[in-house]
Amino acid sequence: MAKNLFQKVWDDHVVGQLDSGQYQIFIALHLIHEVTSPQAFGMLKDKGLPVAYPDRTFATVDHIIPTDDQRRPLADEMAEKMIQVLADATDEHQVEFFAPQSGSQGIVHVVGPELGLTQPGMTICCGDSHTSTHGAFGTIALGIGTSQVRDVLATQTLAMDPLKVRCIKVEGELRPGVGAKDVILHIIRVLGVNGGVGYAYEYAGSTIESMTMEERMTLCNMSIEGGARCGYINPDKTTFDFLKGTERVPSGQGFELLTEKWQSYASDADAIYDDEVVISASDIGPTVTWGITPAQAITIDESTPDPTQMEGLDKSLVDDALKYMQIPANTPIKGTPIDVAFLGSCTNGRLSDFKKVAELIKGMKVSDGVKALAVPGSEKVDVAARELGLNKVFTDAGFEWRKAGCSMCLAMNPDKLIGNEICASSSNRNFVGRQGSPTGRTVLMSPMMVAAAAIKGEIADAREVFGLE
Amino acid sequence: MTGQEVTKIVGKGVYVAGNDIDTDRIIPARFLKCVTFDELGPALFYDERFDIEGNSKDHVLDKPEHEGAGILISDVNFGCGSSREHAPQALKKFGIKAVIAESFAEIFHGNCTTLGIPCVVMQKQDREKMAALIESDPEAEIIIDVEELQVVCANNSFSISIKPSAREAFITAAYDPLDTLLVAKDKIEETARRLGYSSRGES
Repeated sequence: MAKNLFQKVWDDHVVGQLDSGQYQIFIALHLIHEVTSPQAFGMLKDKGLPVAYPDRTFATVDHIIPTDDQRRPLADEMAEKMIQVLADATDEHQVEFFAPQSGSQGIVHVVGPELGLTQPGMTICCGDSHTSTHGAFGTIALGIGTSQVRDVLATQTLAMDPLKVRCIKVEGELRPGVGAKDVILHIIRVLGVNGGVGYAYEYAGSTIESMTMEERMTLCNMSIEGGARCGYINPDKTTFDFLKGTERVPSGQGFELLTEKWQSYASDADAIYDDEVVISASDIGPTVTWGITPAQAITIDESTPDPTQMEGLDKSLVDDALKYMQIPANTPIKGTPIDVAFLGSCTNGRLSDFKKVAELIKGMKVSDGVKALAVPGSEKVDVAARELGLNKVFTDAGFEWRKAGCSMCLAMNPDKLIGNEICASSSNRNFVGRQGSPTGRTVLMSPMMVAAAAIKGEIADAREVFGLE
Repeated sequence: MTGQEVTKIVGKGVYVAGNDIDTDRIIPARFLKCVTFDELGPALFYDERFDIEGNSKDHVLDKPEHEGAGILISDVNFGCGSSREHAPQALKKFGIKAVIAESFAEIFHGNCTTLGIPCVVMQKQDREKMAALIESDPEAEIIIDVEELQVVCANNSFSISIKPSAREAFITAAYDPLDTLLVAKDKIEETARRLGYSSRGES
């Protein structure tokens, strides 16, 4: 019977069915970080359990690590303690730890793929909702809670209900100035923040097929923002080329054998889906959010919604969001002044993101009064960017070039908005208070659009600022 | 660590209105700076409940008439966003024993289930009626019957749904799956070998 990738990977990894009706699924790769995982080691200790498969778990530090001064001990005592607890636990249980300054530290969803730990056909878990990122490689990649981190440590398995699969086909060529971030913001806008509940999203179609791996990661990263537990893209030559030569992938004949296996996980041409959606690439413009959920988004040419034309809950949700954002109703979003520009995160903190922006901003200056941060997603991204001189392009333009970490995406480190500052951000969540100030405001957009906003000091159309038409 | 059966939940209700209430709102990220979940209760919905100086904003959870409420009622897509178990842990430590909503985000749902907190789905008109009943009598006792899939409040009965695997796990006290997962040790090893993954570590 024809199967889609989700069904193939799922069937391969089923250990058995539980009495509750859920399935026990073997987890091929387990990634952990300092925020959601140290507690799980404590739970293991309480039960006197060892880590069952220590060489299938990898740890790093990303959320709480400062991006300026990383000297130990960290100034923030609790942050220091969190790193130390993770370092001790991984040491005790012989789990590989990509510590700061090891050369391999970074945002967990940047590190896994760049080392080649993330491989097609795997089941992947991490105590982090943006684990969906790894789906770009044709995996079932799931964010889990701490008790489930404990389950995976203790058994290398997870109890789970199967998901339905929705195939989202994006067809055609993207317009200039439009990228993967715009595609996913558009999909979430169309299907809603809870449209994906109960589903895995399979992204397919010619637009997706022509994307680089880094663009595919941006897309899959935000699957969770659309309510989907995971999102994936069928592995193909682009996937294999990316993985070839990465640290943890064998070379030579071993690689050839692996690619055959990886290829076999791709959805069959006649696979059946629980739902299908077709989106035309030409309908997608540079997209920005105006509200407090990723679905509250419009293209740069559009105006904010008009709640006077709405009723009931729809009206109150729009009213509340605009009030929080201090953005007027029924007004073009373009021209909204910004205070901060943030380029980084597991959504858009990879080398290609910085390369693309560096090409555009060369010789330009960040607008007076705008604080602009460029934060590489990993130490490897940082090194590669420096080798290309990208850090210099950014600092010459008035950006601060920082060290690797989650930085201002969620503000568990010193990078935070202050008061009601408004930030043009390449991250993934514009929730109330997300960037560290309870009244801080986030406008999500692509790296290119963040750069345009930084240069103009206001939300701007990157196509105009950089002459991309 | 299998707990007790969760078949009936009894308590006062509190209605926290809103769609897409995300886990950053349930527990702001700065409270995630911890290595245990023990202190999270007071931080529940912190920025909704307190201003920057820590003064009460008179949030519904802090109204005296709702003190001790164990059943939280909300709207669509409750618990969306981050996978942080800190969110259901904060609810639990605050004293919330069940959440009733139109729908739930999946990771949140899974985290709640493992902690023995039922995520109960109830139709909009029924939730509105419940909210009205609570407003007129905050002391009204709410009984969630997990087995019969029914909620009773002030002589009114409402039908509900609970994800079948979660319901089964609650009534058989198997909602924390670790013990069950551990039993399959040999089958796990067999799966790992079949898939060409490395074998078990020392244990």
